[in-house]
This record gives sequence, structure tokens and C-alpha cells, in this order.
Amino acid sequence: MSKILVIGEHDGHSLNPSIAKTVACAAEIGDASIDVVVFAEAAADIAAEAATLDSVSKVLTVENPANSKPLAAVIAPQVVAMAPAYSHIFGPSTTFGRDLMPRVAALLGVNQISDVMSVNSAHEFQRPIYAGNVVMTVQAPADHPVVATVRTASYTAVGNSNSAPVEATSCDAELPTHTRYIELQAGKSDRPDLQTAAKVVSGGRALGSAENFDIIYALADKMGAGVGASRAAVDAGYVPNEMQVGQTGKIIAPDLYVAIGISGAIQHLTGIKDAGTIVAINKDAEAPIFEVADVGLVGDLFNIVPELTDSLE
Amino acid sequence: MEKILVGLKRVVDYNVRVRVKSDGTGVETDGVKMSINPFDEIALEEALRIKERGEATEVVVVSIGASEAQQQLRTGLAMGADRAILIEADPDLDALSRARALLELVNREQPGLVILGKQAIDDDNSQTGQMLAALWGRPQATFASEIELSGDTARVIREVDVGLETIEIDLPAVITCDLRLNEPRYVKLPDIMKAKKKPLDELAFGELGVAASPELAATGFEPPAERAKGIMVEDVSGLVAALKDKGLL
Repeated sequence: MSKILVIGEHDGHSLNPSIAKTVACAAEIGDASIDVVVFAEAAADIAAEAATLDSVSKVLTVENPANSKPLAAVIAPQVVAMAPAYSHIFGPSTTFGRDLMPRVAALLGVNQISDVMSVNSAHEFQRPIYAGNVVMTVQAPADHPVVATVRTASYTAVGNSNSAPVEATSCDAELPTHTRYIELQAGKSDRPDLQTAAKVVSGGRALGSAENFDIIYALADKMGAGVGASRAAVDAGYVPNEMQVGQTGKIIAPDLYVAIGISGAIQHLTGIKDAGTIVAINKDAEAPIFEVADVGLVGDLFNIVPELTDSLE
Repeated sequence: MEKILVGLKRVVDYNVRVRVKSDGTGVETDGVKMSINPFDEIALEEALRIKERGEATEVVVVSIGASEAQQQLRTGLAMGADRAILIEADPDLDALSRARALLELVNREQPGLVILGKQAIDDDNSQTGQMLAALWGRPQATFASEIELSGDTARVIREVDVGLETIEIDLPAVITCDLRLNEPRYVKLPDIMKAKKKPLDELAFGELGVAASPELAATGFEPPAERAKGIMVEDVSGLVAALKDKGLL
């Protein structure tokens, strides 16, 4: 039987939505027990949320003022201290998970499997390489712990009708002080979170300016959608970097993705491959975005987008 | 600080559309254009800027891979690195072995800073920097978009999912670079000529005395599932109708 530990990413108040998807991946490994661990200064609310996730056997909390911020160098030795009880240690493929999990793997003396997109067996997985242009099957040695990050865009969140027990625990690990958290500048937005929104509207370089992006926001607000952007739009300074969708930005899987004035560079397509329906609006009929679009419309976005916004209830 | 160590990985150029070999044993690399991993180029640029500001005296580039990686190291020297080290190894060497080899080099060279790309665009692992920091017992600042050095510490702004996070780390440390850290310089012809005279040391991976890692076995390669062919609509009402059909509006 596999014993899986999932690292419960959070922002100090609530559990990151990626964890329900990471648990969904862990649950694909049959005959397994899944524990979620929350490292925090005050873990109760976060743990209560994790305890509702289906398939979770138990939630562990490790409360320590040193755990108030998500520092990989501080959390990794604590994960390693818990590792002997587990056959698998999973984290989400968010910037948090990608920062932390290789540090854990190296301390355990194993390689890490990045971006698991499907589970063939307890020790065989599939993952994307070359910006998603190739899918590789990898086998992990059965006599070592499996450390992996989960490509959350490949999974649907588990339900939340569970009430798993919550247990406080402590970790006997020496915590370094060589890494100190200073601050987080987070973009404030009342719109749905880009990474978890069911609908996303994205704008590209063709918008031409930060002001022109207003028509993207207006459409998104009418649709109740999150807002994203291509790397070109971010590099041009139209929008902040956390809105970037693509290989080097966020990889998302909304039910509906509307790409407006985005040509569709490979690195952008990598970020939207798993979207349910892709809509492309672009004046260039030859743009590569139309190769992956389910519904395409060729034309001037400055006419189409306001018209579309007006036509929605 | 005296020295900065920068990793340069030889990878399939980012403009190449990669193909899976017909027998599914790997990715076609014969006759394919190879380049420095773009994130590693950013790492080198940052190291050179630090040196040009007078905050470091030497920039050493290292590559782990086939002997052909000399080409990428020469490019690194032409960009301005002072010397190069090639650790000859299987180009598909696993991340933990790479980190262990870099640690061995760190022990020999004693750099004040190791700067790497945040990931290689071939295996998309994003692991080696974090692993090196772990084995070295030193801080890591991944996905850096701004680096400010002051004495024995560095302030690094990191690109995280929710925005920009600032951390302070003690040196020596490992920093991995994101896209917006800088724009790498172009190499000029006279610099290419000059680079030919700069030292490039070669050593075999086996000489480093690195412990063998429990390896992941790559057992299959395939192209991703293709999306079904879509439809084109003529106007906004056609678009709205198509989305209503799918129950999305």
C-alpha cells in the first residue's frame, strides 16, 4: 500500500486551490492513504479546509512561527523529517511546489518527477517535456521515496464532502535562518483567480497599450472571467507579470479560454492546452492560435470585443 | 565577492519544433540546432553585470554534457565569462547527479554565488538549482527577477504565482533566473575571436567522485494528444451562437 504525503500550500489563511488537484492526482494511485500536511504559524483554519477534501485520510499540522512564510529552505528539512513514514511525497507544480520539492528530493537523495500529468501505476508516471510538445513516461525506483510535483492543470479538484481527522504534530529538524522573507507585492483584483477561473479572457500584444486592455477587462467582467495575457503583452508592460499565461507563466485549464490578439507562440499554447474550449480572435487568419482554437473569428479586435461585450446579457 | 559560477546547458534551440523519434526512444536531436538554454543566458548576463559593477572579480561558466557543449561554453566566453569548465557526461544525466557534480565544483572553486537558469527548456525539470542549494546547505532564491547584492547578503525579488516576493539571503547562495531579470547581450565578432584564447578546462564526470543517484527511467516518448479541429465563425453573432451551443454562455 502506498502512503502519500501532500504538502498543503496556503497563504497563511486558506488552502491553495491547487491542493485539491494534487490530492486528485495522488488518489489515482490505487490502494493508498493520503495525508495532507500544513506547515504554518496558525494552521487550524487551513487544516479544517484540507480535512474536507475527499480521499484525504488525515491532516497533519506543524505549527511554528518559522513556518509563517513559504520558505523552501525552512520547510524542506521538516518534510524530510516526516518522510520515513511515506512512500510518496507530492506537491503542486506552483511556484511554491517547484521551489520546495527539488530541495526535499535532494535531501532525500532521490530525483524528483516534475509536472506529473497522469499516473500509470504507483511508480510510473507521465509528464510533459519540451514545453509540452513531448510526453515522457518515467519510472521511479520502487525502493526509494517518490518525490513529485503535480501539473494541476491536468486534474479536476476532488470534492469536499470529507471530514478527515486533524492531528497536530511536530518536526525534529534544525531550521536555517539564512533565508528571510521580506515582503510580497500581490496584484489586487476582484476578478476570479486566473489559475482557478472557469473562464479566462486573455489579451496579447495586438492590444497595443495598457489603456486598450480595458476592453479585455470589460469583456471578462461581463463573462465573470479571469484575465490573462501573453508574454508579449507582459513584456510590453500592458499588464503585470503575474497575468502571464504560458510555459514561463501560468499553465491553466479553464472550461473556456478566449485569446484576443494573441498570435499563439508555442510557449503560450503550452499554457492553455488543457482548456475545455479555446476561442481565438485575431486579425491574422494565418496566426498559429487558430490551429488549436475550437472556435475562431478573424477580424479587428477593437470592433469585435466591444460588440461581443455588448451582446452578452 | 571573488567568483560567480554560472551553469550553461546545451539544449535544442527554442525555435526548433521538436519531434519524437519514430521508435519512441527519445527526441530527435540529429542535425538540430543547439543553443545555450535561454534562462542560462540570462544567468550569465546577470553575472557579467555584477562583475562589471565591480561586485565580483571572476565569472566561471560550467556545462555538464556532451563534448559538443564546448560550443555553448565558447559562446559564454565570448559574452564575457573569464573561463569555462566542461564536465563531460551523458547529455541526459539526471538532475540530482548534475547537482552533485556542481557541488563538487563549488567545493573546488568556492564561488560567492551560483547563478543558474530557472529551468532547462528541454526536460523542463526546474530542479538543479534547488538541489544544489539543498546539498550545499545554502539559501536558494528561485525565479529571480531582480538581484541586489550588499556585502554578505542579497535581496532577491522572485516571480511567484501571486506576484513578486522579496527575500533576503545570506551568501554564498544559489539564484535561479526568470525571464525578466535582464536581456542578454549579443556577442560581437571580436569577442568570439578573443574567446578562443580563454581557458576551457575539461574533466570527465567520473573524475568528480560523485555518488550514483537512484535514477528515473524514461520508458517512453510520444507526441501529446492533438486537439480536435475547430470551426471558424464569420462574426460576433456566430461566435455567441457557437458558445451557447457548447453551453458556455
